[in-house]
Amino acid sequence: MKHSLINARVIDPSSGRDGQHDLHLEGGRLVAIGAAPLGFVAEQQQDLTGKWITPAFVDLGAHLRDPGPRYKGSLVSESAAALAGGYATILPRPDTSPVLDSASHVRTLLDRARDVAGVRLAPLGALTQGLEGDLLANMAALKSAGCVALTNLRKPVRDLGVLRRCLEYAHTFDITVVFQAQEATLAGHGCAHEGAIASRLGLAGIPESAETIALTQWLLLIEQTGVRAHVSLLSSARAVALIRDAKARGLDITADVSMAQLHWTDEQLEGFNANFHLEPPLRSAKDRDALRAGVADGTIDAIVSDHLPHEAAAKCAPFAVSEPGMTSLETMLPLGLALVNAGMLSMPRLIESLTFSARRFGLEGGRLQEGECCDLAIIDPQCCWTVGSDTLLSAGHNTPLLGMTLTGRVHQVLLGNAVYA
Amino acid sequence: MNLLDLSQASPQARAASPAQVQLDHQGRLRHFLDIEGLPRSILTEILDTADHFRGIGDAEVKKVPLLRGRTVANLFFENSTRTRATFELAAKRLSADVLNLDINTSSAAKGESLMDTLVNLEAMQADAFVVRHGDSGAAHFIASQITPNVAIINAGDGRHAHPTQAMLDMLTIRRHKGEFANLRVAIVGDILHSRVARSQILALNTLGAAEVRVVAPQTLLPVGIETLGCRVFTELEAGLKDVDVVIMLRLQKERMDGALLPSESEYYRRYGLTRESLAHAHPEAVVMHPGPINRGVEIESAVADGPRSLILDQVTNGIAVRMAVLSMAVSGQMKARAERRDERTRGAGA
Repeated sequence: MKHSLINARVIDPSSGRDGQHDLHLEGGRLVAIGAAPLGFVAEQQQDLTGKWITPAFVDLGAHLRDPGPRYKGSLVSESAAALAGGYATILPRPDTSPVLDSASHVRTLLDRARDVAGVRLAPLGALTQGLEGDLLANMAALKSAGCVALTNLRKPVRDLGVLRRCLEYAHTFDITVVFQAQEATLAGHGCAHEGAIASRLGLAGIPESAETIALTQWLLLIEQTGVRAHVSLLSSARAVALIRDAKARGLDITADVSMAQLHWTDEQLEGFNANFHLEPPLRSAKDRDALRAGVADGTIDAIVSDHLPHEAAAKCAPFAVSEPGMTSLETMLPLGLALVNAGMLSMPRLIESLTFSARRFGLEGGRLQEGECCDLAIIDPQCCWTVGSDTLLSAGHNTPLLGMTLTGRVHQVLLGNAVYA
Repeated sequence: MNLLDLSQASPQARAASPAQVQLDHQGRLRHFLDIEGLPRSILTEILDTADHFRGIGDAEVKKVPLLRGRTVANLFFENSTRTRATFELAAKRLSADVLNLDINTSSAAKGESLMDTLVNLEAMQADAFVVRHGDSGAAHFIASQITPNVAIINAGDGRHAHPTQAMLDMLTIRRHKGEFANLRVAIVGDILHSRVARSQILALNTLGAAEVRVVAPQTLLPVGIETLGCRVFTELEAGLKDVDVVIMLRLQKERMDGALLPSESEYYRRYGLTRESLAHAHPEAVVMHPGPINRGVEIESAVADGPRSLILDQVTNGIAVRMAVLSMAVSGQMKARAERRDERTRGAGA
């Protein structure tokens, strides 16, 4: 079918395009931007005056909870949430049950996703067997099965010799390694940023050095091994500075931050609000401001959801024993727009940060390119909507935004021939 | 800069501040969870009421009928013989029925969640829960989850707060030193893990003490503790100089295993309160300790049993303060309940 989208503001950072353009689609492919090709007669024309078109988003590191505790979320529910949030592809993490450390587990997940999910999956595999940090995972097999990168998440690889071998082996097979920097012995059983607020509330703190010491070790090994690396979920100003220095030294490294870290600080822990129990913890205003600046100047390449849905009981507990994490796929766009409206980010930079993972991990999408499969999000920037149990599609409603009216919503997502509204 | 106004969020997504949870719309005490958020007038009312109740312990019949027909449930998710005993005695002296539940060894051990436990206990229609829990914020959490008809009294939550202990210390100080305005107070020991110290600092500041000091090696000092309103000292002699009150904290033996201290003997040499180190304080300084004391670890026996020690006084005052808090919170709940009933009646009449 031939289909034209007209009168929308088109924002595509990959081509530098930001202006009013018409898009012409045929058979799920983008055939032209601007004037229709000769002989192209649209069977359907959609007037998108007042709306924006961007590449559909690509998210590194949402937890699907499936396979595993499906009462917290399933492929079906979280795929729907991802599409509602404007995502075409998500790169789910390997800490499922079973852990994604074998090719058969990965294939099973991808097969099931093809059957039940609309959103595309490009999973992260485990860097070590069982994420235990002791033995190398079958990395080449994981890559063949469809993993686009490997990670041990925040779980420690205690023996630096083993870690070095992991990176060398990953480099051998040209696999990107994703890090979440946290030195377990410094983090201990902490649940909040180590600072005055945690001290007053009597919550065990996680010092900033838990992140920066681990990151420093990783960076030295990345440099030594030459592995392609991505650091996920930065939380501190000093970590941003370390990434900036590493990039300046020429390391093949990129980084991301969660949307929550760009909005909130540890001040939100007042009153023991378990919705703000996150890993890594929300840190100080100085850290948040440095993270915002890092995204704006490109030191931090991507903004990720760190989506982690929970059932109500997981948060219905004293802060330290509540489960960390926030459901966030569906609120990424309005929170991003809030940063744009406050002048902290340009709109193209926001879209670039939400689509960056496609480029970094060699995935389709993340750009509007003539002749390619059309993955795009249609955004209504003025739409006001209330975050509520009736509006969220994720199984998890663990968000501090519940009951709030936000501005900006994804109106439709087009993935090839499929339309999700 | 916060870009979103979270005050618009629904109550279930929001956390109430300590003041919002503890006081009703008329400023009466509904729960006693934390010193933070309470005005000086409430703390003074607790002290004045406790002063009044203190005489009951000396009477032939050690009971008043204030809570007759009311039920107080002691919910201890963490062991504490002393605190539980004083709360039990306080409730009984107010003529309440008392239910003691050591939840650590019963339902929680069978995997029952905290919420399940609470819902069941709520169904027993107690008027007050005295809660001791190993997690910071547990009492606050319980107060935010259960029916507004039950008063929650925090008997110690994690490292966060132990407000009745702080108030019995305030009562002890006031009875021996009078007003707080000219007092310098030093709190010595494991500040990092101490819920008592946090509550004491807040209470002393609210009551207008001239200076609050904390004294400990850096391994036992929480980051940013000075923002609570205290001066930080890492040397005992400097920290004790000219203070009017010395509050020693109990040192848990596991602090040695946790690599926070090298040994008890070194700790005693550097931070133990001895007759020599006490000499740096004001000549009329008094010594306090929440108990139980470790003789020869944080305090010398001669000091603990000496004429300037108020340690046993603290125990006596503990019962009076807990009577005051229980009676104020339960009567606050009763008044609020009566007002809600009246409002419903008026609503039905209209």
